[in-house]
Amino acid sequence: MLIRDTKAGYGLAMRLMHWLMALAIVAMFVLGLWMRTLDYYSPYYNLAPDIHRSVGMLLLFLLVFRLAWRVVNEKPDDHELSRLEAVASHAVHWGFYPLLFALMVSGYMISTADGQPISVFGWFDVPSLIQGEGQEDAAGLVHEVLAYVTIALAAVHTIAALKHHFVDRSHILTRMWAGPPRR
Amino acid sequence: MKLAFAPLALFAGALALAQPAFAADYVIDMKGNHASINFRIKHLGFSWLTGRFDKFSGTFSYDKTAPEASKVKVEIDTASLNSNHAERDKHLKSADFLDAGKFPKAVFESTSVKANGEGKAAITGKLTLHGVTKDVVIEAEHVGGGNDPWGGVRDGFTGTTTLTLADFGIDTAKLGPSSANVELTLNVEGIKQ
Repeated sequence: MLIRDTKAGYGLAMRLMHWLMALAIVAMFVLGLWMRTLDYYSPYYNLAPDIHRSVGMLLLFLLVFRLAWRVVNEKPDDHELSRLEAVASHAVHWGFYPLLFALMVSGYMISTADGQPISVFGWFDVPSLIQGEGQEDAAGLVHEVLAYVTIALAAVHTIAALKHHFVDRSHILTRMWAGPPRR
Repeated sequence: MKLAFAPLALFAGALALAQPAFAADYVIDMKGNHASINFRIKHLGFSWLTGRFDKFSGTFSYDKTAPEASKVKVEIDTASLNSNHAERDKHLKSADFLDAGKFPKAVFESTSVKANGEGKAAITGKLTLHGVTKDVVIEAEHVGGGNDPWGGVRDGFTGTTTLTLADFGIDTAKLGPSSANVELTLNVEGIKQ
């Protein structure tokens, strides 16, 4: 089993990161929507945001690692895509990195706007780096908008992958799930 | 040329000094921030949560020989709420509570002052908060006043009032019964104009 990515397909590391982040980002979106509806006396009123902040910080570190991994590894071949598909696919894939980065940083900027750190499950603290007047409001708005944009882009990405799998009968989805085709 | 006006200025100054005492106008010292608007509200009925509004401005007129002629107007920037916890501030400023986006200003303007002696007074006025205007009474006290060390004249006051937030259309039911009222304390130092 290959850890690194090759021309033939994604290695184990990238596949793990991909599916873990896919699952976590969708779960974080649902958690984020749900936690804002909680009643003040709900037992989850403090717990749900604690989990959201902690997972968010871990995802931010994973995202940075994933980008570095992506840069130093070979990109699996996309020759079977049409010209238009290749351009669109490129835009969506590279769009995800700055989008997710801005999403996670804006979330971090809400919680740390008054100089307090974010405690990641009580394991360690991520210190506050920037504080500004009204930062929690501005960052909150950005975070909310980017969350919807992320889910919209994820939907486009999912529909495209399913189209390649079921309509084009290509191995694009399989190689992200099971790795490079075996010979 | 400038000197030619000096006698005139002196004369004007002498005239001002000769005036009998009447209400002087003051501007609240926000430059040196010798003023604060603080609030406190009970958390779960277990403790007092305190916070303040960092931005506001105001003026008052005051004559210690005729305190009932005094007037005061204060305008508060509701988005400047600060309870030393960004996430809570964000929530308190949101549509759930103050709705600072829709109601960026809270204004208090006095309508009458009843002097109670010893520098104390009950200031009745209209408070506009969350788009709702209600009469409130501020129990005020003159703390001190006189010449400051830098050539100005200052007078300072402290005042308190208790608001029921539901009166202003702010729903606190979800915070529990102990958090229905908020106590406001205003400390202002005015510089005589």
